[in-house]
Amino acid sequence: MPDLLTWLKERAKDDLLLWADQLSAANRFKVSIREVEGIALENGLLPARYQRNRNMFCLDDQLKLYNSKVAVIGCGGLGGYIIEELARLGVGTIVAVDPDVFEEHNMNRQLLATPEFLGIKKVAAAARRVDRVNPAVELLPVGLAFGLENGKQVLEGCHVAADALDSISVRLELAEICQELNIPLVHGAIAGWYGYLMTQFPGERTLQKFFTHNSQESGLEKHLGNPSFTPAVVASLEVSEVCKVLLNQGTPMRRRCLSIDLLDMEFVEIEC
Amino acid sequence: MTVFIKLFAGFRENRFKVAKREILENSTIADVLEQLGITEPELGVAMIDGRHVTVDQVLYTGVTVSLFPKVGGG
Repeated sequence: MPDLLTWLKERAKDDLLLWADQLSAANRFKVSIREVEGIALENGLLPARYQRNRNMFCLDDQLKLYNSKVAVIGCGGLGGYIIEELARLGVGTIVAVDPDVFEEHNMNRQLLATPEFLGIKKVAAAARRVDRVNPAVELLPVGLAFGLENGKQVLEGCHVAADALDSISVRLELAEICQELNIPLVHGAIAGWYGYLMTQFPGERTLQKFFTHNSQESGLEKHLGNPSFTPAVVASLEVSEVCKVLLNQGTPMRRRCLSIDLLDMEFVEIEC
Repeated sequence: MTVFIKLFAGFRENRFKVAKREILENSTIADVLEQLGITEPELGVAMIDGRHVTVDQVLYTGVTVSLFPKVGGG
């Protein structure tokens, strides 16, 4: 019997590994789908699901994404979309953090909030979703409220943290822990038609500066709520930033903040 | 003295996008907020001529004040 790699190479169409073959390889060689993906990428084979990525990301980039670990803090409006997009992108390990269960009022906007998941932990729903969307991705669920007491443990080994929280004071705690652990942080926040985006590298204190005053209070979201589309827009912007930071490409939203206004369709950069 | 005030996002609701305002000499950002009926906890960022400032910043004639609301949802 040939070894796994030889078998994969025989099956590959050019350098593409079809999903059916990835699945059979896992069964035949008693390894996980995730392991098959790693061996394929390390040996110049691209799982066919990523073929539309390849003009943007080379095989090494795809491998880098596979070897990346990203923390998503909050699994609500922003978090649901962020997790979905990271999984489809092929980010190998996602740490999802949220203490809550799905409630009916989440269903107007939260991707993972469906009638079947009402009353279910958001992180459990996220794990099930990722397993269906891309079984090569490992989702590590943390069903706790993120904070100073557990933050270092949660973010251990992560390459980037994506902020999908709904509290400004906890965001500032997240920023402090990222600072301490040397982890870049992508910040997103939403309210009604509006949102903000910024990316902060270790040593920068853009987020802290942004919220220097009255960080304990909540923002505009308190009376505006959130519709279906604003979380999707801001989450997607956050994932594009995470992707750029992981692959060291492009120009992140660094030392500046993007103000997003979908009502007047205005995108304004605030120098910070 | 005259200043220009630019409001962003939700601050525009029932107010304006850009306006020219007459204010007293030595007025601060906090005074402008009060005039507009915006409380400090609602404020995200205040800028004068594109530069990030705190609410106690004193204004000069002719400057443009930009006010962005605080947003914290996820």
